Amino acid sequence: MTGTLLVALAVFGACAVEMVEALTIVLAAGLTRGWRSALEGAAVAVICLAVVVAALGPSLIHYVPLDVLRTVVGGLLLVLGLQWLRKALLRASGFVAKKDEDVIYHREVERLSKVPRTNSGRDAVGFAISFKGVLLEGTEVVMIVLTLGLSSGHLAVASLAALAAVIVVGAVGVAVSRQLREVPENTMKLGVGLMLVSFGTFWGGEGVGVHWPGADLSLLWLLAGYVALSWVATRILNHARPSSSVAEAR
Amino acid sequence: MTKWPAAFARFWYQFLVGDTPELAIGVALIVGASWALSRTVGAAPFWFGPVAVVALLSVSLRRGASRRGG
Repeated sequence: MTGTLLVALAVFGACAVEMVEALTIVLAAGLTRGWRSALEGAAVAVICLAVVVAALGPSLIHYVPLDVLRTVVGGLLLVLGLQWLRKALLRASGFVAKKDEDVIYHREVERLSKVPRTNSGRDAVGFAISFKGVLLEGTEVVMIVLTLGLSSGHLAVASLAALAAVIVVGAVGVAVSRQLREVPENTMKLGVGLMLVSFGTFWGGEGVGVHWPGADLSLLWLLAGYVALSWVATRILNHARPSSSVAEAR
Repeated sequence: MTKWPAAFARFWYQFLVGDTPELAIGVALIVGASWALSRTVGAAPFWFGPVAVVALLSVSLRRGASRRGG
């Protein structure tokens, strides 16, 4: 139960973070190139990503031994989780600039406005930009859905959590439109990074025969330990940073 | 036509390694060492993975901070 809930939370959080980034691109494409092309591009990308999950998920479960799957998945989750955690900690302590979705949005709008439009029918540029943005941001989500879903045996839960994030962030995005800077993206990235590293440690260990004290409940103390580590790391980094070197948002 | 495999490989390299090769190499070493321990002494102790991950993240953060801290 604990594992299932954490899987759902991790997938929802990861998908929400990536969706905010994809939404910035779709909004810019929609406002400059027309909503029809931008939304069609995003929808086709989401369908492609869903097909990848539906095609790869069941075949991996059937043909790859569970221990091998968990070892490989644990390694992948550790790499992805550590990348997210590292970036979030360096941003939180000012060593790396925080992402400003508004700045990215305005940059995209300016770039897309310069490309001439065709007079009739679908706008190929709007479709392509939107499709590519959603597909690239969604690839990481597919990896997380597949790895967390397959290792926990809850691929359906992971897929539904991702779908829920797409719907929630999409609805909020439509409502707040361009106020994407209000989304606490770095905090979400930190939280998801912590969960991915916890799952990666747990399943990577299970795959090579580690006996975790408390079985699935180990996920909780692993998570608590990594949260404590992150808190300590942020404090150390804050002290280590020269006061004049706070990175500007980009 | 011959370019897409290279682009595909480049995409995955950037995705999994990018500008933090130490993380990819470190995780491979941790998984490899855990597997080797499971073959020689039965299983790696449960604390091995978390301790190794903490050490790896510390090294990577130190590298990231020293590159950007000026």
